[in-house]
Amino acid sequence: MWQWFHKLGSPKYVYPLCGKLLPWMAFFTTALLVIGTVWGLFYAPADYQQGNSFRIIYIHVPSAFMSMGTYTYIAVLAAIGIIWRMKLADMFAVAIAPIGAAFTFVALFTGAVWGKPTWGTYWVWDARLTSELILLFLYFGLIALYHAIEDKQKAIKAFRILALVGVVNVPIIHYSVHFWNTLHQGATLSKFEKPSMAPEMLWPLLINILGTVLLFLTIGMMRLRNHILVSEKNTQWVKQEVQHVL
Amino acid sequence: MKPHRRNRLIIICLSVVGLSVCLFLLGYAFKQNINLYYSPHEVNAGAAPIGPSIRVGGLVVEGSVKHADKGLDVSFDVTNVKGTVTIHYSGILPDLFREGQGIIALGALKDNNTLVASEVLAKHDEEYMPPEVAESLKGTKHQLPE
Repeated sequence: MWQWFHKLGSPKYVYPLCGKLLPWMAFFTTALLVIGTVWGLFYAPADYQQGNSFRIIYIHVPSAFMSMGTYTYIAVLAAIGIIWRMKLADMFAVAIAPIGAAFTFVALFTGAVWGKPTWGTYWVWDARLTSELILLFLYFGLIALYHAIEDKQKAIKAFRILALVGVVNVPIIHYSVHFWNTLHQGATLSKFEKPSMAPEMLWPLLINILGTVLLFLTIGMMRLRNHILVSEKNTQWVKQEVQHVL
Repeated sequence: MKPHRRNRLIIICLSVVGLSVCLFLLGYAFKQNINLYYSPHEVNAGAAPIGPSIRVGGLVVEGSVKHADKGLDVSFDVTNVKGTVTIHYSGILPDLFREGQGIIALGALKDNNTLVASEVLAKHDEEYMPPEVAESLKGTKHQLPE
């Protein structure tokens, strides 16, 4: 058991493992996202107030969820990196930062597009929208910080600290609609309460959320493999791997 | 767990908790400034400044919407049960604007009961349901927006 766990910390072992898993991950991601999106956009009933514009929820909620999920994950990986000096945790944290930034951008963009017909404005500086924008800047900060420092040992140290400091923003985003008066509505999905959404509208949303999690893992693994190859380029096994491909 | 690793874990946990507490206190201190809008009862109580541009949010009172015979002038009351503010507005209302709906109006207060708005936004709630369900649940006929 422990031996297997320790192997997961070794880039040499994880690189081919991800390679084997990737086709399956890609298959399930595509299947779930296609089912969820087609169901949500074409077959789910229109909302009683918003009509068809509510359908943006099938893109907006999964990406907003993953924008916060990815940051939390990066912070956990950063903590693992600091405590156990696990190289692979650092690599994965760096690899997934741009994915999180992309999810945040999609959440902000779809929210703005939905806000115009629903609220009457693209943007308002309320607590929810502003804290999500700060999250986007935190991602930019993480990416820029890591790439700006030439010495990667030092770069990852700075990256870890920013990741941990920035994680306080995640609960702020989540609870902003409870703490303060905001234009943004409260959460539709909650762990403890019955979702305030009709079941025939809810199912495609849940499928799309699961699909988006898988999409994140798929792209994350692909980026991790690239990152492993680049940072381990001087090792024997990578040279062999490259020769094998050539 | 080795002692130096446990120490690092403790330091990380303490820093994150400490930072969260700091930010929470900061947010708590700035509560008024972070709130997007004033509630009607706060306006009634004189908590909002008269003159400068502010936002007031609440539910549109049923039967209070009065359109002018000509032009886009409209007036309506917003309430949060504890207080009521009358809003005068001239312009196009958002699609979701209707009686009973939450709205946020930006404008200047004339007194503690009246706001002259330059912008009216509709606030949406977190409930989503098909029109048939809404009809049986709320007993009102809903027209889908075009």
